[in-house]
Amino acid sequence: MSLLEIKNLTVEFRTANGPFRAVDSVDMTVEAGDLRAIVGESGSGKSVSMLAMMGLLPWTANITADKMEFDGQDLLKMSARDRRKIIGKDVSMIFQEPMSSLNPCYTVGRQIKEVLRQHTPLTRSERQARAVELMDQVGIPDPAKRLSAFPHQLSGGMSQRVMIAMALACKPKLLIADEPTTALDVTIQAQILDLLIDLQKTEGMALILITHDMGVVAETVDRVSVQYAGQRVEEQEVNALFTDPHHPYTAALLAALPERATGKHLPTIAGVVPGQFDRPKGCLFSPRCAFADDLCHSTQPGKASADLGEALCHHPLKNGQPVSEEPA
Amino acid sequence: MLSFLLRRLLTFVPTFIGVTVVSFVFIRLLPGDPILLLAGERGVGEERYAELIKQFGFDQPIWRQYIDYLGGVLQGDLGTSFVTKKPVVTEFFALFPATVELSLCAIIVAVVLGIPAGVIAAVNRGKFFDQALMTTALVGYSMPIFWWALLLIIVFSSGLGWTPVSGRISFMYFFDNVTGFMLIDSLLSGQKGAFLSAVRHLILPTIVLATIPLAIIARQTRSAMLEVLGEDYVRTARAKGLSPLRVNGQHALRNAMIPVITVIGLSVGTLMAGAILTETIFSWPGIGKWMVDSIFRRDYQVVQGGLLMIASIIMIVNLTVDVLYGWINPKIRKG
Repeated sequence: MSLLEIKNLTVEFRTANGPFRAVDSVDMTVEAGDLRAIVGESGSGKSVSMLAMMGLLPWTANITADKMEFDGQDLLKMSARDRRKIIGKDVSMIFQEPMSSLNPCYTVGRQIKEVLRQHTPLTRSERQARAVELMDQVGIPDPAKRLSAFPHQLSGGMSQRVMIAMALACKPKLLIADEPTTALDVTIQAQILDLLIDLQKTEGMALILITHDMGVVAETVDRVSVQYAGQRVEEQEVNALFTDPHHPYTAALLAALPERATGKHLPTIAGVVPGQFDRPKGCLFSPRCAFADDLCHSTQPGKASADLGEALCHHPLKNGQPVSEEPA
Repeated sequence: MLSFLLRRLLTFVPTFIGVTVVSFVFIRLLPGDPILLLAGERGVGEERYAELIKQFGFDQPIWRQYIDYLGGVLQGDLGTSFVTKKPVVTEFFALFPATVELSLCAIIVAVVLGIPAGVIAAVNRGKFFDQALMTTALVGYSMPIFWWALLLIIVFSSGLGWTPVSGRISFMYFFDNVTGFMLIDSLLSGQKGAFLSAVRHLILPTIVLATIPLAIIARQTRSAMLEVLGEDYVRTARAKGLSPLRVNGQHALRNAMIPVITVIGLSVGTLMAGAILTETIFSWPGIGKWMVDSIFRRDYQVVQGGLLMIASIIMIVNLTVDVLYGWINPKIRKG
């Protein structure tokens, strides 16, 4: 049994101009202790799919899936009350903007202990002890004193450490880190990433890192899924992905990394992610794809086989060259 | 915190002096001679008139009168009523509890109903409750107080006979004035039914006085909540698995309270103004009715003193609001 199993997840937002599909038929399987990343540009639906799983989307979101199970429990059939027993405890999440993700009105300590009070039978003094332990674990100096600090007295890096402490409070089985370093200084970014990876190992939890930074992915995770315009276009082990990307989008993303640039100019992907009104008829990436043909422009592709990274493509790449494979 | 308080108290000085000037000048700008009004229909002889002018100090130049008045105020003497011959301060504090009792009940009703209503409307934005509440609030806010009061009296007092028309308590009961608060005194008296009678007398004036603040507080709470509900820390609170009551009523509401506290503070001023109408309609023996009566009698000292006391109360309420800001949101706490 997998820790998290999502099949055919689709999320649509009701807008004044009709429905907007932010996540489109996404599959995901996470085993206990997995370390993986979801990569994609802004608007590719990587956060939304995880927020949907957590039940944190606003009421305008319409969520459908064939299967959405966490630790053997069906999240689709579960009442909101039952789901609240899981989120914050067995699965927790940290966010992109640590400074605004903490409530300015309450002390850091109160916000950490609140999770413990909600999900554990610990007494007041045990909660205090656990909070100090957590603050220490995420590398905050003088933890006992810092518990009485208010969020505005902390730096961005410190705030993110507090968010991590809060997420770890009940020893979750799965931690979702939604662009945890995007809002931070470069030096702090590395520290926070190292901390997350360390904690993932010591706590033995699964970690899903949502990011748009391929460089971060290369250094940290084991397995990567790539999302584009709400669809998962490819999923592979990290080394395989970097050596032999199967989807043209992944290949183009990797080519755009400064470390990999060979020419004088950095290659870019022309165009933008399609929005609500300019969704192509066929493959969503076809308007920007170097390999697209008539089939790509007219028909939506199916998934390729597992050895081709389940690439959502008519002509998945192998060693940089398209192979013509009928969808599996 | 202490230096903040001291600085704020210093700003009271010009406001205070401003209020004395304005109240002193404006009551004198009103046509009508207090001495003639005092004398009534029988009139007063020329000799006696001159004597009275001298007695009240009206023979002095206006600036001299003002300086004398200000000197008295600084020593805690707000003057003596022309009509009752009692010190203004004594009269004020005799009537003040009645106004406080009514205003306090009104503000409690407004806060206790208004804040949850605003929260529920914001959480269910666009749905039936939200729209019904906002429409009702708009109606409540736009309604003339005197008309609303008369309507309630017609329906509940003269029509259904559920509540008394006016006054603070039934004539059946008589007891010592211990605190000046009828609810407390009636309980202390131990007389059967006295407390209930006091409550019944309070209901309609409270509803009338609470209507506008209630509408304002509900609307303000709703809009502040709508803003806060989209914040990241509200999502964090939900991601912790907290119940909607905790997420909305605690994490979100506390952040939304700043503008709400502001309008509650401002409502105190509105209440004082509203009390004048409400007290007059319900014959409620409080400050509002006292001020109106005094203006009609051109009782200069009472009008000046009463305005000054009311202004002071509003200043103190505003200071309290400023201190509360820091308590609610430590980010804006002053050093």
